Amino acid sequence: MEVDIDRFREEINSVISSQTRPTITMLSSLLAIQDEFGYIPDLAIDVISEYTNHTRNEVWGVASFYPNFRFTEPGENILEICWGPTCHLAGASKILNYIQNVLGINGEGETDNRKFTLKYNTCLGACSQAPVISINHDFVGHSSPESTLEILSKIDPEL
Amino acid sequence: MLPYKDLKELADDKWLELNSSDKPWIRIGTAICGKAAGADHVFDKITSVLKTLKLDANVDEVGCLGICFTEPLLDIKLPGGKRVFFQNVSVEIVESIIQDYIVNQNIDHPNILGAIGEKDNKLPDLNDLPGIKYQNKIALSNAGNISPYDLYQYVSQDGYLALNKVLNQMQPEEVIKEISESGLRGRGGAAFPTGFKWSFLIKSSNPTKYILCNCEEGDPGAYNDKGILESDPFKLLEGLTIAGYATGASNGIIFIRHGHDGPIGRMENAIKKAYEFGLLGKNIFESGFNFDVEVSLTGESYVAGEESALMESIEGKRSQPRFRPPFPAQFGVWGKPSNINNVKTLTYVPDIISNGSNWFSNIGVKGDKEKKIAGSTGTAIICLSGNIKFPGLYEVSMGVSLREIINDIGGGTASGKKLKVLQTGGPLGGVLGYDSLDIHLDFDEMKRAGAILGSGGIIVGDEDTCVVDLTRVLVAFCQYESCGKCFPCRLGMEHILEITERMVKCESSSKDLELIKNVGENMEKASLCGHGQLGYGPIRSALKYFESDFNSHIFDKKCPTGSCDEPIISPKNTRPYATREIETGGN
Repeated sequence: MEVDIDRFREEINSVISSQTRPTITMLSSLLAIQDEFGYIPDLAIDVISEYTNHTRNEVWGVASFYPNFRFTEPGENILEICWGPTCHLAGASKILNYIQNVLGINGEGETDNRKFTLKYNTCLGACSQAPVISINHDFVGHSSPESTLEILSKIDPEL
Repeated sequence: MLPYKDLKELADDKWLELNSSDKPWIRIGTAICGKAAGADHVFDKITSVLKTLKLDANVDEVGCLGICFTEPLLDIKLPGGKRVFFQNVSVEIVESIIQDYIVNQNIDHPNILGAIGEKDNKLPDLNDLPGIKYQNKIALSNAGNISPYDLYQYVSQDGYLALNKVLNQMQPEEVIKEISESGLRGRGGAAFPTGFKWSFLIKSSNPTKYILCNCEEGDPGAYNDKGILESDPFKLLEGLTIAGYATGASNGIIFIRHGHDGPIGRMENAIKKAYEFGLLGKNIFESGFNFDVEVSLTGESYVAGEESALMESIEGKRSQPRFRPPFPAQFGVWGKPSNINNVKTLTYVPDIISNGSNWFSNIGVKGDKEKKIAGSTGTAIICLSGNIKFPGLYEVSMGVSLREIINDIGGGTASGKKLKVLQTGGPLGGVLGYDSLDIHLDFDEMKRAGAILGSGGIIVGDEDTCVVDLTRVLVAFCQYESCGKCFPCRLGMEHILEITERMVKCESSSKDLELIKNVGENMEKASLCGHGQLGYGPIRSALKYFESDFNSHIFDKKCPTGSCDEPIISPKNTRPYATREIETGGN
């Protein structure tokens, strides 16, 4: 176990130190960790605090401020549904309500089988194609409850 | 590095080669609007079909022409021929287009939208399409035409002409004077005169000064900044470098929200290329001017677009606004003098320098110094979305009326029903009614009408839209995005959200109208930044223009359009309380 933690620490360290953008901060390091692991492991807070010379509380302060950071492993696939005003007018809440029922998720979160994480997005930025969803960062415009289910079913045929 | 003259010659040769090549030139729009319509998959399919058919072609990804409703938009130029555009191309029809048009040169494919080139009777001219015809492109002049990855293509369109002129023929003060005389005002929302803003920074003698370019753009309904980064990142970079020279800044930072991979990737590629060509770094064009640029990413935070919160975020902290004074030009990012400009503002700069301030100030609404009217010169980049027939990213002259934008360019509502509501300038903007169509795109005129031009987003709703529900969504956004620093905004937004939710559910009483006004006006007065100060704006204008919708929900206990039956979804977020250490009892 001891060895595993050391190895994990090393892995986290290398993610932080191998950032390509010249300015390394608490925020940039957190983003790099989340990109790599999909979440912020507790240990990463320690490593970032040492690396950037800030207290653990300061690092937590930043991590807890931005809602894109999460502290548990996400599901295998990330489904984001936009609820911005344009998508709302185009029927985003119908998609959200329908998909939440299908996935059995109340609000945001993971399905029981951890196949999916459902996230709300305030604006994916492709408003001309509203309503927009994104599955694993692949944007799909002109979505509907049915078309979204079709995409999810291709990933998890049991839906 | 190559002197400008040699670089331009090389670029012109390459451009000529591309245009007179004996290979077809295929361009596909893969900006965010294209991607959401499936352009990436279409691009892959094109590559594989070309391979299977053993066809040789130049293939470029390009940005957005503005007519987003035609995406994915495929643009094919056969050797010696015109540019022919195919709209709404799906993976399934890629092969038929390539067979029909490239192999057999038939021009009867049902997806043909039009052509650009010599006019004939065979194909409609794309420039006659309202979405193209009514545009006046300055910042987006290259969008959809050149590859955002190819510096040579940018230079062939007179890119870096302005930077060369500035570095070799103009003093920094002259550049600022030119920008001031053009009447350019900041496009981020506040409409502050750009030349005046730059003049604050030049006064500082600090050897390290920053020009920050704000592409946070969290406004729902707006993607024009991201559109520029995806379509023509070099133009922004040139504008940023000129701003650096004019203000004596040594560093530029382009600030983008994490997760917008298209704009981030294209911008970083542009920066890398500019360094390779010596257009960033030391001694640019042998002038002795040094300038470094990097990209800084923020997490999800709308308030990070506020200038002082933006600097906090660049420093890696929570994006919460700072108290001012000291102002950024004295104490900015990392404590160094800084100037913050929006993407669109900086993208106008190269053309203003190349064509002169007089040229720019004659576009749009002219100012009048004697009458102390600032004017609104140049163009506006409008993101038209919602219930509209032709949604898109349109660059039009200032002074154009909302009616022209909605009807002539947008083609009216998509449903064909009567237009009811326009939501302008993002979630802190305004909610306008049908009778506001005669308002012109003019910073001051729009402000007087209670609707800032802001980010340039216009969201359209038809008569089936319930404004109470729309208002609730705007409030939910503002509540979710409050950074939590000032309690009038943090608690006020939550309170207002509760009230609007009651209204939507028809559980409200007339007291709530009094209450929402009270909370909102306090929030306006007592918040540090625009988020709290402007957050009540859309509610005020909604209450003003759509009193009957609210009355129906409050007094008649029913939704006037019957569209409020869905269960309400409002993600709630209150930022400052969520620190883990406190929850677990640590310190």
